[in-house]
Amino acid sequence: MPFISNTGEQRKEMLKGIAGGIDDLFSDIPTELLADELKIPSGLTEQQVREVLAELAGKNSIDLTCFLGGGFYDHFIPAAVYSMISRSEFYTAYTPYQPELSQGTLQAIYEYQSAICRLTCMEASNASLYDGGTAIYEAIMMALRITKRNKVIIDDSVNPIYRVMVNSYTRNLKIDLEVTQNSEGLANRKDILGRLDGDTAAIILQNPNFFGCIDDFSDIVKTAHEKGALVIVSCYPISLGILKTPGEMGVDIVTGEGQSLGMPMSFGGPYLGFMATKLKYVRKMPGRIVGQTKDRNGERAFVLTLQAREQHIRRQKATSNICSNESLCALTALVYLSLVGKEGLAQTAQLCADKASYAYQRLTAIPGVKAHFGAKWFFNEFVLDLPCPAADVIAKLIEKGIAAGFPLSRYYSGMENSILICVTEKRTKQQIGILAEALESCL
Amino acid sequence: MIKKDLLYTSEHEWARVEGDIVTVGITDHAQELLGELTYVELPEVGAEVKIGDEIGVVESSKSASDVYSPAEGKIIEVNDSLEDNPEQINEECYGEGWICKIQISGKESVKGLMSGEEYEEFLVGI
Amino acid sequence: MKLIFEKSVAGRRGVGISGSDVPHSINIKKEFLREGKAELAELSELDVVRHFTELSRRNFGVDTNFYPLGSCTMKYNPKVCERIASYPGFAHLHPLLPQLRMGGMLTQGALSVVYQTDMLLREITGMDGFTMQPMAGAHGELTGIMIMAAYHADKGNKKTTVLIPDSGHGTNPASAAIAGYKVVTVATNENGVMDVGALKLLLNDDVAGLMLTCPNTLGLFNPDIKEICDLVHSVDGLAYYDGANLNAILGKGRPGDFGFDIVHLNLHKTFATPHGGGGPGSGPVGVKNKLLDFLPVALVIKRDDGTFALEYDRPKSIGYIAPFYGNFSVILKAFVYILMLGREGLVRVAENAVLNANYVKEKLKGHFDIAYDRKCMHECVFSASRQLKENGIHAIDIAKGLIDRGFHPPTVYFPTIVEESMMIEPTETESKETLDAFIAAMIDIAETAKTDPDKLRQAPGSTPVSRPDETAAARNLDIASL
Repeated sequence: MPFISNTGEQRKEMLKGIAGGIDDLFSDIPTELLADELKIPSGLTEQQVREVLAELAGKNSIDLTCFLGGGFYDHFIPAAVYSMISRSEFYTAYTPYQPELSQGTLQAIYEYQSAICRLTCMEASNASLYDGGTAIYEAIMMALRITKRNKVIIDDSVNPIYRVMVNSYTRNLKIDLEVTQNSEGLANRKDILGRLDGDTAAIILQNPNFFGCIDDFSDIVKTAHEKGALVIVSCYPISLGILKTPGEMGVDIVTGEGQSLGMPMSFGGPYLGFMATKLKYVRKMPGRIVGQTKDRNGERAFVLTLQAREQHIRRQKATSNICSNESLCALTALVYLSLVGKEGLAQTAQLCADKASYAYQRLTAIPGVKAHFGAKWFFNEFVLDLPCPAADVIAKLIEKGIAAGFPLSRYYSGMENSILICVTEKRTKQQIGILAEALESCL
Repeated sequence: MIKKDLLYTSEHEWARVEGDIVTVGITDHAQELLGELTYVELPEVGAEVKIGDEIGVVESSKSASDVYSPAEGKIIEVNDSLEDNPEQINEECYGEGWICKIQISGKESVKGLMSGEEYEEFLVGI
Repeated sequence: MKLIFEKSVAGRRGVGISGSDVPHSINIKKEFLREGKAELAELSELDVVRHFTELSRRNFGVDTNFYPLGSCTMKYNPKVCERIASYPGFAHLHPLLPQLRMGGMLTQGALSVVYQTDMLLREITGMDGFTMQPMAGAHGELTGIMIMAAYHADKGNKKTTVLIPDSGHGTNPASAAIAGYKVVTVATNENGVMDVGALKLLLNDDVAGLMLTCPNTLGLFNPDIKEICDLVHSVDGLAYYDGANLNAILGKGRPGDFGFDIVHLNLHKTFATPHGGGGPGSGPVGVKNKLLDFLPVALVIKRDDGTFALEYDRPKSIGYIAPFYGNFSVILKAFVYILMLGREGLVRVAENAVLNANYVKEKLKGHFDIAYDRKCMHECVFSASRQLKENGIHAIDIAKGLIDRGFHPPTVYFPTIVEESMMIEPTETESKETLDAFIAAMIDIAETAKTDPDKLRQAPGSTPVSRPDETAAARNLDIASL
């Protein structure tokens, strides 16, 4: 039997003095509730299972040239990332409850927390959350605890996938969730500040936003703080290689999807939710946190700290129910950031911006193709208007081997002809040229 | 250790009633159960509280417990020094380790508390 | 050991970034740019590899040491699962592809994996449908409770409370509370299982449901399980099965047959996907027919022509709880594991897991107090109360003594209803030789507690650090090197 070490002889020997037979061990399950034989095929060998799965993998189209982003990006991943995270001392360990034999995981998380703080210019990060969407939900709950208020304002330039997730999670709670409509591709300041009042716990924004546009929220932060409200910003970590950081804007809680930091797209997960905040709010932050301390000999040591906020101690009064998070993904992000380093991250971000800008110029030169939001600053994604429904064009380009972008009509009414195009550092000038030619030919 | 001149709750808070001011802390038994304290969350000055309301949290590295108000009234003072030195509660829970002071409107505002003797018996029972 | 930032040397590079092949045509306005660069480490690839290799050697994992951490099911994680998850056909698949027109046809292999895993889990648990989206066990719990709330809202029921026994997981009350319910605790009886009498007293029309860990955190199966489910149903409550401990009854009993309405599973426990030092996990939720309408968006369905598609139009659904289809590569690893075990293998898992736990229990019960001396399931719970009374040795000292003897300790101080508890879960993958060595180590510790208790209080002495000062960590908070 695969993965079971004991032989039949050993089982017999072990049963002596315990039970007459294996079935006796299950006598607490009433006879009428014992299961019939499962209707599942017999087991496969490793060779067989690899054949079956190789065939299934072959039914997925991964040879498309990818201009699809929308919060989930095809970035370059150095080989050493996978080599390091696949060391089994990391990946076959549990949550580091026993610090003496988990210093590897604990120090790595401490370094990850430090890297996230350095990237975002914040003071405190947790050990990770599930993904960028649940991170926004957790940030909202955190803001409610801090302000003891119950209204939150979210602009529709925040990733629509995250907004529908927030809707699901807050449905049973007494939260007044108000959505503002973006103004020409940027957060709608007039509407947001008009709704901001003494009941407002938080304003939720994204940078670069779902349309790829970049912004500086310093003005919104200032006004929000005057009214006692917090500002939550979801951000794209690669962009922070060059873009103004949430910390520099005075933002209170930063969240984001960390997939771009060394994780493959893997059809939706596992990904990495990150969260950082100001030190004064750290006790209201959900999730695990690692702290530095000393051992009995005065040596540097790391432990899980502030655990009294967590579910296993506070039960129903915990800051969140989160237990397992995405520890190995946090390690992935740390290894990635350590390999690209200070200069490499800035260079990668600049490459993304340059290539996107080049693609924008090439594509807007095509007759009938226009920038949807006029002259706006963007990072590595932008919205174009086509002379016909974007979904049709995207379908035609897939036949030519190109995933050209995302049709915005799926989430925004009145944007039937709009396509969201993403260009990462992996895309070449030649691929951008092929996209431009293919697009022109099918309009 | 139990002080005979204080009043007690079944949640292991103590109350010292002096005129219309009630000083609140946690008992020696409570601090011993929690172990070395690492953090105290204090109530807000000016907050109106009822008997049994949660007015704070005391935390150690492995445990945490809510502090419940033994009286009805208004929080008029909190022990700010606990923010930096939570260990004062371990060292002197009935003295320097006090948590807050509540201004009450009358005797009715502190009803139902145990005397030192009653609390002693209560501890034996658990 | 130095932090990675302390090893940084200005100008050193770990990976070359390709030069730009497009003209540098844009200078983003200065007000949108950060001041200075992010202060990440500057290291060579070798520096980075040495650093993380050294860190990894300061860890115990299942591959290095026996890891009998109760309730966590630290079984062996087959290597082939990792290999398959890294196939480019799975790893490089963009999750938005199925949202493009006919895009589902570009991802038939991946959708098939999700669909087939759903089908296998249905058969294993006796439920009628699954969502594969929850990204951890606790996330599954929250999803399950949201489904419970949606069911009651749909029926117009005014329900306010969720019942949870004190022998359940700590996440249960937290999950129920953040979904908006009041939590009421049900007591455990003298046999170590939830008391039916106590349940009856607490049942009323306000009860939305009961969350039950079964077998519970004492490793005991509740023989009254059917009656319990019936009782909960009698007030139109839903019975929720916390499947964290499903390993004990794989192929032996199915929560759906017991009468449960909602089940969550932990693929990173029962189905051998690695825990990653604290995730990523996967916590699929299965429900009975009457709750299918409430499952999250989207569901993978099979069309009449045999192709797979995503169903988004689900008006009664609780909505989106994950961005896409769950932690796909974790689901994939569990799928491979189930295919390899097959129907016979799954039953052997439960049999060997339960046998191993009972073997350890029998061999150790003369040396440590046992919480409930009866047949256990996949784990057994001891108490160090004898050692505490006689020698002043706590469960934590025994745990640290085990580290010096080369073993990961059991879960200690949980469940909280047993004093000085030590919860041992050997799992089915461990051999008799390993168990014998562990038993010998535990007996040696019991002896050391009598002869040289100070040695245990000083343990561990073999690890890179001795016991860290956790109080100082919380008082003088240092959670990032800035």
